[in-house]
Amino acid sequence: MTRNRIMVAVATALGIAAGCHATVAQAANEPLRIEIREGVIRPVQLAMPAFVAVSPEAEGVARDIKDVVAADLTGTGLFREIPAGAHISEVTSFNGPISFPDWKAINAEALIVGEVGVDGTGRMTVKFRLFDVFAETPMGNGTQFTSGPADWRRIAHKIADGIYSELTGEKPFFDTSVAFISETGPKNDRSKRLAIMDYDGANLEYLTEGDEIVLAPRFSPDGNRLIYTSYITGTPRVQMLDLRTGEQHAIIESSDMTFAPRFSPDGTRVLMSISLDGNTDIYEVDVSTRRARRLTRSAAIETAPSYSPDGKWIVFESDRSLDPQIYVMRSGGSEPRRISFGQGRYGTPVWSPSGDYIAFTKQHAGRFHVGVMRADGSGERILSSSFLDEGPTWAPNGRVLMFFRETPGADGGPVLISVDVYGRNLRRVPTPGFASDPAWSPLRQ
Amino acid sequence: MSVRATTGALLAVILLAGCTNDDNFELFGSSPETDDAGGIEQSDLASYEQDSPEYFTSIVGDRVFFMVDQSTITEESAATLRQQADWLTTNPDFTITVEGHADEQGTREYNLALGARRAGSVKDFLVGQGIAQHRISTVTYGKERPVAACSDESCWSQNRRSVTLVNRELSG
Repeated sequence: MTRNRIMVAVATALGIAAGCHATVAQAANEPLRIEIREGVIRPVQLAMPAFVAVSPEAEGVARDIKDVVAADLTGTGLFREIPAGAHISEVTSFNGPISFPDWKAINAEALIVGEVGVDGTGRMTVKFRLFDVFAETPMGNGTQFTSGPADWRRIAHKIADGIYSELTGEKPFFDTSVAFISETGPKNDRSKRLAIMDYDGANLEYLTEGDEIVLAPRFSPDGNRLIYTSYITGTPRVQMLDLRTGEQHAIIESSDMTFAPRFSPDGTRVLMSISLDGNTDIYEVDVSTRRARRLTRSAAIETAPSYSPDGKWIVFESDRSLDPQIYVMRSGGSEPRRISFGQGRYGTPVWSPSGDYIAFTKQHAGRFHVGVMRADGSGERILSSSFLDEGPTWAPNGRVLMFFRETPGADGGPVLISVDVYGRNLRRVPTPGFASDPAWSPLRQ
Repeated sequence: MSVRATTGALLAVILLAGCTNDDNFELFGSSPETDDAGGIEQSDLASYEQDSPEYFTSIVGDRVFFMVDQSTITEESAATLRQQADWLTTNPDFTITVEGHADEQGTREYNLALGARRAGSVKDFLVGQGIAQHRISTVTYGKERPVAACSDESCWSQNRRSVTLVNRELSG
């Protein structure tokens, strides 16, 4: 799992070329901006001419990087790429003048210009700059990345992250991983493996062999560790895996059944369920002392806990009112307050990283849904519906979710789906076979 | 305790079991030796000794079923569990593991907790019948290990179950 560090430089030197155009822009227009909100959004028209290859060796990777940037951006549903065949101008030099009328003529709103160089050791230098075509001005200073050849996809994701942030005003999410459970075999004899991949399905790696059941991985806030439930000892037990070293251990030394773990925002504690004598309650484990402290005390089922991003609250699922419903209590434990009052059963609550929503699984009238509600339970919005939609996880910017959708019947199985927080742009996430229990990583360092 | 039962006595037990737990017929149809290839294998009932785990699984009945979301022991389940307790009383050297399972209608984490509750409910019943707590361990599989794969009640009702496994190793 060793990943090379990518050097990022905000290229002030590059800003010289940018500066030529800057004066034109300011007065006349508001900056190009697409706001992510409810309702129909008209995609921003992007022109992405081929990235300039500094040398012939760079041509292939320049094309690959540009394609990944385009796939990231158009994959959000917020951007549309104008086909290269419609372009009037070419960009043959990164610092050359931009012929804005040619880009306006094809209704481009944003123009992305890039350059890729590869030195004798294979090390890449990649630059990009974003332009507001209508204002005829660069947006931001432009950015330069240097890295080894293996990290070209991460550089592409970082470029797309920069463009997404500049144009939406939101935090980005493309340079991320997804941990999930890869499933094979018949429904009544499934083999499950812990796996990790880039958010777009590239660079898949398996982390377990499939000899024991594994469930529901979750990332630490720094992205370096996974906690997940494993049957390696024969009973469900929360394991912590260090992705850098491969070392792993049970999160508490106990033969009790433990599951449904989730890190605290500061990474020092883990919430999880422990089942004792048939009763499941929520406990908080100190990661360093490995001591567990009980937070709920009822004869009902309490599970699926998740901290608020400020660490002050815990949302969880309980059937103390008969059906499973969503409750909120203070961090450390307090009398819980029920927040789900819609029709049906609610579970798997997970607080958005931006704090504004709680995502959940809802079961009603024989169907499953993934939805979001405000932290006080108001503003419920259903994002999906099928025979079985379950287990939402948030992109680190809180604007996109991923969950799994399982088809019914003996031949049925799960796939990963992403959708934006308003229910738009529902898409299948590519995996080689059946996949469930996605966990979206934080932005990579 | 290795009395070899006669075939006649066994049949009586089977019929008795059938009266109290429909499921025994189904279990009975699949021999423990059945291989994955799906071929039919025949084994002689009389070859099961009454103190064998195979006898427990096939004749006593290793599983009971639950209503949706419930962990209540029904009358029918109680009859099966009393026979399990009788067997365990007669065979005090065996320990057991009670698995709790759920159907696929429910989230993974809720179903893990529900399976734990079902296993706990069976354990409580057996303890109430005089079986020592330390002989019984429990495990939940939630919806991870269905026995029937279709997505309707005919399968779900088979999957909402507990299964009592007799551990072959004799306890110290």
